[in-house]
Amino acid sequence: MSVISKAASPPGPRTRTGGSRALARREAMWGYLFISPFILGLLAFTLIPTVATFVMSFTNFNLSGAGTQFVGVSNYQRLFRDPQVWSSLLVTVRFAAIALPVGLILPFGLAVLLNSESLRAKGLFRTLFYFPYIVPFVAAIFVWGALLNSETGWINQFLRWVGVANPPNWLNSTVWIYPALVILGLWGIGNAMLIFLASLQGVPTELYDAAKIDGAGWWGQMFNVTLPMISPVIFYNLTLSLIGLFQYFTVPLVLNQGTGAPGGATMFYNLYLYKTFFTYQNMAYGATMAWLLFVIILAVTLVLFQTAKYWVYYAAETR
Amino acid sequence: MTATTSSMQAVSTERRRSRSIRWSVIVRSIVVTLVTAFLAFLFLLPFFNMVFTSLKTTAQMMQPGAPVWPAIPGVFEYEGKELELYLVPMEDGSVRELAIVRKGRQQSTFIDPDHPEAGEIEWSGSWRALQRPWQLHPAWGNYREAWEKIDFPILFRNTLAIALIGLTGTVISSTLVAYGFARFRFPGRGFLFTLLLSTIFLPAAVTIVPTYAFFVAINWVGTWLPLTVPHFFSNAYNVFLLRQYMMTIPREIDEAAQMDGANPFRILISILLPQCAPVVLAVALFHLVFAWNDYFGPLLYLSTRFDLQPIAVALPRFNNLYGSNPPLIQAASLMAMALPVLLFFFAQRVFMQGVVITGVEK
Repeated sequence: MSVISKAASPPGPRTRTGGSRALARREAMWGYLFISPFILGLLAFTLIPTVATFVMSFTNFNLSGAGTQFVGVSNYQRLFRDPQVWSSLLVTVRFAAIALPVGLILPFGLAVLLNSESLRAKGLFRTLFYFPYIVPFVAAIFVWGALLNSETGWINQFLRWVGVANPPNWLNSTVWIYPALVILGLWGIGNAMLIFLASLQGVPTELYDAAKIDGAGWWGQMFNVTLPMISPVIFYNLTLSLIGLFQYFTVPLVLNQGTGAPGGATMFYNLYLYKTFFTYQNMAYGATMAWLLFVIILAVTLVLFQTAKYWVYYAAETR
Repeated sequence: MTATTSSMQAVSTERRRSRSIRWSVIVRSIVVTLVTAFLAFLFLLPFFNMVFTSLKTTAQMMQPGAPVWPAIPGVFEYEGKELELYLVPMEDGSVRELAIVRKGRQQSTFIDPDHPEAGEIEWSGSWRALQRPWQLHPAWGNYREAWEKIDFPILFRNTLAIALIGLTGTVISSTLVAYGFARFRFPGRGFLFTLLLSTIFLPAAVTIVPTYAFFVAINWVGTWLPLTVPHFFSNAYNVFLLRQYMMTIPREIDEAAQMDGANPFRILISILLPQCAPVVLAVALFHLVFAWNDYFGPLLYLSTRFDLQPIAVALPRFNNLYGSNPPLIQAASLMAMALPVLLFFFAQRVFMQGVVITGVEK
């Protein structure tokens, strides 16, 4: 019940008098007024640009704006023949195949550890594992990059010390660059960890007690109680990680000035998109690439939502 | 305790058993805590590396076998001269730390820094083959050098100004929108709220090309406007956070104020906002961290205006210029992260609470 109508209407069933209708209209007017920044922003920065991206992909639009014409599907023909498009998509998928599991399992494992009854000083550890998330990623790249240096970095010094004769040349190898990028992003796991931790704390203890009476061990409780109960949060993190990974490119952009080095291994799809519309100022083709990315992300997200009914458990969905 | 002997015995075995259980609990807790502490140490190791590197001299960076902590080769001041210290193997098999007075090809002269009055010590062998001891010596000057070379005060001013303008925008607009969704009924409210939340899932790439072309067309490129004005139109995470919080505040007080003839703006400002202070603070901090981290926005819109750039864009540029000087890069990286990290430590509870609400409840 809302403020105004409750205050104004008499107790009992609401009567549709002219007065209450006028009050409801007034209330709605205030509501629309307050949410108007969102409506305007949605139009200006989301809906109109999304439509514009689609329309632009059928034109030869450039920044001067002069002589813009519809060119049919020629941008799409070029897109499908562009080898760079497919190789950069492959780079993106290859990286996501490593980064996605690491980005979910590591924060989850850490959250389970921090949720352990046996752990002392929980608050301190939670803060310590979370706070690197606050560090601007550009600074984190230089901090971790120094550690990954193949000659002087601590990681390779350690590997040599334990007897690895030829430790990987992390940042200059077309194979090792992907794990290296995952390592560069390690400080970002704090957010997912915190969300997992809070959802673990939200699992009712009665469920664990019941599972224990049924003879479930640690793994049994994990698979039959914990994972189903927090599956909505896993789903949320999985979806946002996937969407983020498809658009991943700022780290390689800073690391190699967007050259795609080593050997094109960091020419991610979104990096190619950025270079197309910003460096080469090719707006129409950039819009076409953006639209392809949107369609791919939409398809993947829809598939993910379809699978949700098989594994995401909504206990008492109240909303 | 009043009990018979037999029940006393039962109690004591019970106590012994519970004591052994307590011991196993304590051991478990020590093991788990130590493992976690070790992981935390590994996770934060890059910080130590950064701090150590930022305090090293470039000479130490190039010296193989130099320690990980900031140090310089040892020297000893003697009669107004700086003498280099060396680790000298003596005939009796011991190694002494001696200061070199005269260098010779086959024979050199040393003195003992602990007992200079004992006189000179002749030593046969090549001094070039000797190791030098390292003395702790943080090169604090790196920070001043990085501060000046990267022009830190200007960068800090730019970053802070962009962050604070956007912060003002998002706090005001998100509060208004959250208030609208939390306290008013209007047709389409549920749909619009879902639409708001679904913008979280919309890939930014799909809007970037026309948005960039639009800002070029209205001559906003090369100004702070594209980085600040959009924040005056609210943000899904912030609205969600504020709305969830407002929904927990009982309506009785706003209703009483309503009866007294206060308009909705007044109710928001004088009744709801004071109670929302922790969440508003969380929203402000989120934005500050976002603005400090934002690289792509300033890269697009300020790539030619070095004088207006925030630190996230300037740092890679600085790295391209001084990449051969890791201590300067690490010192500059530390400066770039200082403010958000400090603010986080001051308000960590509020901050992490906000993350939890937006992450778990949606």
